[in-house]
Amino acid sequence: MASYTVTHEKAECLYEIYERKPELKHQTHYCPGCGHGIALKLLARAIDEAGIRDRTIMVSPVGCSVFLYYYFDVGNVQVSHGRAPAVGTGLSRSLPESIVISYQGDGDLAAIGTAEILHAANRGESMMVVFVNNGIYGMTGGQMAPTTPLGKKSTTTPFGRNEWTDGPPVRMSEILNALDAPVFIERVGLGDNKQIMQAGKAFRRALDIQVKRQGFSFLEVLSPCPTIWKLDPVDAQRFIREDMAKTFPIGNLRDRTKDALSRPAPKPAPPIAELPRILELTDDTPEEPVATPSKPLDLRLRIAGFGGQGVLMLGEVLAEAGLEAGYNVSWLPSYGPEMRSGTSNCHVRICSDPVDSPLVSNPSVLIAMNEPSLRKFLPSVEPGGMVIYNGETEPPEDCRRPDVRFITAHFTALADSLGSSKATNIVMLGALLEAEDLIEEKYVASALRGKVKSQRWLNIDFAAIERGREIACPV
Amino acid sequence: MTAKPDRGRVELDSQECKGCGLCVEACPPKVLHLSSHLNHYGYHPAAYDGAGCTSCGICFFVCPEPGAIVVLRLVAA
Ligand SMILES: Cc1ncc(C[n+]2csc(CCOP(=O)(O)OP(=O)(O)O)c2C)c(N)n1
Ligand code: SF4
Ligand code: SF4
Ligand code: SF4
Repeated sequence: MASYTVTHEKAECLYEIYERKPELKHQTHYCPGCGHGIALKLLARAIDEAGIRDRTIMVSPVGCSVFLYYYFDVGNVQVSHGRAPAVGTGLSRSLPESIVISYQGDGDLAAIGTAEILHAANRGESMMVVFVNNGIYGMTGGQMAPTTPLGKKSTTTPFGRNEWTDGPPVRMSEILNALDAPVFIERVGLGDNKQIMQAGKAFRRALDIQVKRQGFSFLEVLSPCPTIWKLDPVDAQRFIREDMAKTFPIGNLRDRTKDALSRPAPKPAPPIAELPRILELTDDTPEEPVATPSKPLDLRLRIAGFGGQGVLMLGEVLAEAGLEAGYNVSWLPSYGPEMRSGTSNCHVRICSDPVDSPLVSNPSVLIAMNEPSLRKFLPSVEPGGMVIYNGETEPPEDCRRPDVRFITAHFTALADSLGSSKATNIVMLGALLEAEDLIEEKYVASALRGKVKSQRWLNIDFAAIERGREIACPV
Repeated sequence: MTAKPDRGRVELDSQECKGCGLCVEACPPKVLHLSSHLNHYGYHPAAYDGAGCTSCGICFFVCPEPGAIVVLRLVAA
């Protein structure tokens, strides 16, 4: 009796049964004759041969191959459409011992994810990218992909892809081959036995680059989609050989495995406890328990001026001080595109109750650092509210309101007398603190210390608060 | 005198097979066929003619299903 030994069988890195469905748990979800199934097998075999199952993390895309994690018994992440290279970057950098394989369709990689793949390739990230190019959006029912061959009908190109209105097909391997960093770029086909056997070798080579940690390897696979192409599986293979391969020439575009050095291991991230020091967020003040607010408060503040006048900073100091005093706070900046001399304003809320909205449409207090800001926001101040206005003279006739309390002073001149007109905002802060019983001064001082690093400036700011208080002091 | 045994043999899982016919088309000695009966899913599953396999493995690679085909090779006596 002749005896036989198994030479080809299901890869070990695939699950014995797939838990996705209640029945037929050893069948994939792919259509009969789908190239994804073949690509999956070639990849699984390469993983087995390289002996890296326990180190592999597969990134599955959106598209027909979304369910890779039901099949591959490796680490798995399923990501949003087109983002596999970005997630793969994070994985391979934070887990440098792992082997990251990102698997994407042509809609995923060449349409919505074009930016991600381009830059991951350009950075030479340590990952293997399997790019299954079936020239169509399979999962969503056959819309044109960037890779759809000219003349091919799809649901969105019912008369066939037109060079002038739809552009010619995008060749991703060639595009990536214009970059310096990738180590390996190859296009293979699944059009017949010979092509499939060649493809098997390329899967192995692209994966070995990961084992050696040489960098980025990219494998484009021309893959049949018999269902959407409306061809039987054998004709779909022929379409790969005779049609797709004309648009997308099969072959190796780059193989630098001989000269490529191992990429340096990514620098480990600093421990989280170190972050405050690195970001210069530490100060010497001892940690104090969260304060309990001494009284109920509902401050709705709008601060407005020119960019560079310290509008946003003043808002931040107040919000920080409110926070330290134990209130709920919000700070919402709103500024034009220019960093200097545009207008800028911010909304600040400091309340005993939770902040229902960070938007302050009808402020109880308006700090207007110049006349245009006063003109713009005065009508929105709530009746009985207060305006602190930085003006050389009283506000113009048409910028007054009898139902609103005004504190008008030339705050900039006061700041100048202290050494810098940049302290105008803090002089106005002093006036506000004096005029309204808001927050204890120690919290304001502590917030200032958190924001202002230089002692010289702190001294100016504390003097500025005093000057402001004197101005607002009721005589 | 007994005939020389085949160099190879294949085992097909008729429930995993989706009847795509790629293995039938690809097999060099043409020793595979699609059955006339239907499997649980309603496909005509591929089947081995019973003789003539060379254990080349081609059917294994062209088949999109991970475990539908197992290829075996004759162990030299
Ligand atoms: C952000 C987002 N946009 C759109 C979709 C819809 N969508 C699902 S799959 C797909 C196209 C997939 O095509 P391809 O990447 O070629 O994979 P295939 O299905 O052909 O294998 C689209 C547009 C989505 N899921 N998410
Ligand atoms: S639609 Fe096309 S790509 Fe998607 S599973 Fe079916 S054959 Fe494969
Ligand atoms: S192993 Fe080769 S000869 Fe045997 S059935 Fe498969 S394709 Fe045909
Ligand atoms: S290639 Fe696989 S799925 Fe297709 S008919 Fe043959 S055994 Fe069945």
